[in-house]
Amino acid sequence: MTDLETFRAETRAWLEANCPAECRGPAENDEDRVWGGRNAVFKTPAHKRWMEVMGERGWTAPEWPREYGGGGLSREEAKVLASEMRRIDAQSPLSSFGIWMLGPALLQFGTEEQKKRFLPEIVRGEIRWCQGYSEPGAGSDLAGLQTRAEDRGDHWIVNGQKVWTSYADKADWIFCLVRTDPDAPKHLGISFVLFDMATPGVTTRPITLISGKSPFCETFFDNVRVEKENLVGTLNRGWDVAKALLAHERTMIGAMGDMGRPMGQVAVDSLGLDDSGRLDEPMLRTKIAELEIDVAAFRLSMERVGDQVKARQVSPAIASMLKYYGSELNKRRHELAMAAGGSDALEWESERSKGGTPAREWLRTKANSIEGGTSEVQLNIIAKHLLQLPGV
Amino acid sequence: MPLILTEEQTMLKEAADGFLAEHAPITHLRQLRDSRDAEGVSRELWRAFGEMGFAGVIIPEEHGGSGLGAVEAGVVAEALGRTLTPSPFFGSSVLAARILIDAASAEQQAAWLPKIAAGEAILSLAVDEGPKHQPSRIATTAERSGNGFKLNGAKGFVLDGHIADALIVAAKTETGTTLFLVDPKTAGIEIERTVMVDAHNAARITLKDVQVDADAVIGAVDGGEGALNAALDLGRACAAACLTGAGDEAFRVTVEYLRTRKQFGRAIGEFQALQHRAAHLFTELEIAKAATLAALQRLDAGADKADLAVSVAKAKAGRVAELAVQEAVQMHGGVGMTDEYDVGLFMKRVRVLNELLGDAGFHADRLARAGGY
Repeated sequence: MTDLETFRAETRAWLEANCPAECRGPAENDEDRVWGGRNAVFKTPAHKRWMEVMGERGWTAPEWPREYGGGGLSREEAKVLASEMRRIDAQSPLSSFGIWMLGPALLQFGTEEQKKRFLPEIVRGEIRWCQGYSEPGAGSDLAGLQTRAEDRGDHWIVNGQKVWTSYADKADWIFCLVRTDPDAPKHLGISFVLFDMATPGVTTRPITLISGKSPFCETFFDNVRVEKENLVGTLNRGWDVAKALLAHERTMIGAMGDMGRPMGQVAVDSLGLDDSGRLDEPMLRTKIAELEIDVAAFRLSMERVGDQVKARQVSPAIASMLKYYGSELNKRRHELAMAAGGSDALEWESERSKGGTPAREWLRTKANSIEGGTSEVQLNIIAKHLLQLPGV
Repeated sequence: MPLILTEEQTMLKEAADGFLAEHAPITHLRQLRDSRDAEGVSRELWRAFGEMGFAGVIIPEEHGGSGLGAVEAGVVAEALGRTLTPSPFFGSSVLAARILIDAASAEQQAAWLPKIAAGEAILSLAVDEGPKHQPSRIATTAERSGNGFKLNGAKGFVLDGHIADALIVAAKTETGTTLFLVDPKTAGIEIERTVMVDAHNAARITLKDVQVDADAVIGAVDGGEGALNAALDLGRACAAACLTGAGDEAFRVTVEYLRTRKQFGRAIGEFQALQHRAAHLFTELEIAKAATLAALQRLDAGADKADLAVSVAKAKAGRVAELAVQEAVQMHGGVGMTDEYDVGLFMKRVRVLNELLGDAGFHADRLARAGGY
């Protein structure tokens, strides 16, 4: 056996022994997922155990270095782990902005102390992070942000407001963009800082969305003290960190285009088959098959981009491509899920719909092509950085 | 395995692109078309394909080939898509070669594989019958007769069938499909050259009481389906590669046009309406490339469900290339409609490649059935 085959056999055996039955099969909705943190909520005790055993091995962040608590796996080993988890339909042990967004940025820009301090607790799911980027006046034009940090020697005092802060009300810490030089051109006066959401002066207010749920908050900073040791990267060059992190965020949002049960099965459960064994709704069948082709091709594209990045064959702006396509794909997927569900999927409050899950998830996906930079912003980035079209 | 080409595969790609750019750019297609060339392909170029190792890319070394795999065949097919070059490559080096390698007798292999690898022989696979690709509904029959079989039926869209040195005919026998290696000069065979919309060539072939010996059978009687399907899937994956090559090249030419064409006092590529469409197309093309390479890799690995990966690739590459050529013509405006500009040639070629070996609808249906819906 090759090393990789040995790794696959060992991984398969370990997962069989350690992935609880309750943690196999698709997570039903956002709330069923494990987000970790000081006030973590688990659907069952098995979900807590699953997070902990995976966290101990570093397999919640398989490719991070072992010295920071990660799995230390090579890219090929990480692919094997992912495929073995898919094989038994294992749920993600930990959903985490720390893993998807902050961690990669810290690995690139953080000091040794910052990496040692923050990364292991992210891997183990002990600290839940949120992202302080958008502001009421800074949406697509993110670099126009106004939250300001005043220099007080060994610390800053931060004042301002963020909006669309995902799960700010549930998060323990925030990674936040603040203006440290109000006189510099807008991209050159921003810094990237970290602070505890329990710091005096931080308040959050959930925003009710069209789904009836509140995954986002308004976040207010009123004379919040931030230690200087929690600056990531260079002072006033936070935009570089922000952009690198956005690329990770975009890849993450794009990856939503590849989640959930195969749509063909969802539709068969709802609508049944005709005498020739085809979905009893021919127009919908065609659309679903087209979607599944795009989902499969997109999954391969994510893999290919990962391999290209590793081989340094591609610009980081490629994340915009994944973000754009994956988020549009996820919206399409949920439109079809609604069509497949018919009137059943319209139930907002009922036992069968588990409190309107299909409809609420469908509405939630409409934010996918807005959050992390709109589809139009992604297309602008592709046109400028990947196609070098003039005048953007 | 990483979803990128290895160093050796990248070298092959550079060799194929370089060779075709030098010896068979789009002017080569135009020359064959405009001179109403008697054969529609260049025999000289085909022999050069042999010398370069392209014609025998998947043929084992003991038969004079390069002994490489599906990914390498796809690399050559993609290069052919960029230059729109008419070549016996698809019919001979991909479809016929795969069947001969997988199922033919030692004599049959010795007779044809070295000649294909050398770019000396042209072979054609006759499978389609109606206007759509439906290999599960072959109506051509082969009845036992004398020492062999008697073939009756009609085939169409037979690539290079008008100049084939040998035909591989798929026909129904008692309990299954059987493949026959047939001399096109056999009595009862009529061949009509059909020049296609893209100026590449195919043929309509009628078989009327065509008597062949028992040793014309490739593999087992009633047992041809496995080898046929393997060849069709390799052909489909290579067609996907050819489609991404054609789509990608049409896109490259179009982006260049967006940068240079001026209207309203500025490059039209400055207009966001066009930028966003170009960016969308770029995204689609990258995704089609990933699906195509994955399908080729899975064929080489003999992976589980490689056939489904092939269908994903053929359907996706087909739709994306279709979008690419439509956008290419539209963004070029009036000149895109002229015969003088090349983008129209890409539109024609993509249309043919889309129909070849199953269009997006065929492959979507195959995936839906496999998915239990």
